[in-house]
Amino acid sequence: MLDAAFFRRWMTATASAVDREAARLTDLDSAIGDADHGANLQRGFTAVTAVLENEAPDTPGAVLALAGRQLISTVGGASGPLYGTLLRRTGKALGDRAEVSREELATALGEGAAAVAQLGGAVAGDKTMLDALLPAVEALGESFAAAGAAAEAGALATVPLQARKGRASYLGERSIGHQDPGATSSALLIGALQEAAA
Amino acid sequence: MSGSAGGAGGRAEADEAAGLVGVVLVSHSSEVAAAVAALAIGLAGGGTTAPVAAAGGTPDGGLGTSSELIAEAAAAVDRGAGVAVLVDLGSAVLTVKALLAEGDELPKGARLVDAPFVEGAVAAVVTASAGADLDAVEAAASEAYGYRKV
Repeated sequence: MLDAAFFRRWMTATASAVDREAARLTDLDSAIGDADHGANLQRGFTAVTAVLENEAPDTPGAVLALAGRQLISTVGGASGPLYGTLLRRTGKALGDRAEVSREELATALGEGAAAVAQLGGAVAGDKTMLDALLPAVEALGESFAAAGAAAEAGALATVPLQARKGRASYLGERSIGHQDPGATSSALLIGALQEAAA
Repeated sequence: MSGSAGGAGGRAEADEAAGLVGVVLVSHSSEVAAAVAALAIGLAGGGTTAPVAAAGGTPDGGLGTSSELIAEAAAAVDRGAGVAVLVDLGSAVLTVKALLAEGDELPKGARLVDAPFVEGAVAAVVTASAGADLDAVEAAASEAYGYRKV
């Protein structure tokens, strides 16, 4: 079972992964976006780590709700409300249980991803974070490792896609051939689950 | 800039604006938000002007969207009759939607209005200043999509 400490480790591991990969995220974003994805997420997840340390929420749902709120208020770019909504809605779906199973997390994360789709008006194949999140939700019932691999594969599979949402969509066909920064950071978030479980 | 603008200032003006719909203008750029607010107020003409607040850029002056500035602006123009929030694009749209969908950061009666930013702001401020309710302010701002220019 996964308790609040697991969810705090998940957020901390995501923050470390974002730190490690910030330059790469920004490079990907300079190809088809406005070159701020790495710095924005770094600022956001650093703030998440700090607020979780200060307030030490004691249920999985409360950890994710607080993390999501923090991302919305600190990121300053579109990834703030998108990741913030993902975590808040996932947290809301987990309710106030002290411990949840991996299967329950998969269901909740599915609700979170659906909220992201609704917020941004995107669907699978639009070259967005959903292209990593949706396959990860599917695979999470199996294992954390499978979810991580599915998210990675989903992010890689955005390379040949044409962007249909966000700033990258203004580039039309020129967005083809680049990996989507949002799908790439989503794969970091999902990959951090396995780290938190170890 | 925030609060009601017009000539009188101070307490008397705040009382005149009681019951009027507030308007919040959210842009990636603080200059754009402030300038559009000034333009809309200027075109609203004399007399009582609805409370208008700009929420532009990030708190450190950069380009982007700040949920804190948006929440402050909405609170500043909330006179109990609702708040029409107009946005430019991208993260401004998503941030306001996310704030409205979850959480309690925005006042009750705050609404994202689907409208072109400049034309919609003028329509919203003029209509709100005339004492229209939030539905009418929203309709006027959205109708601005229909103004053909050629």
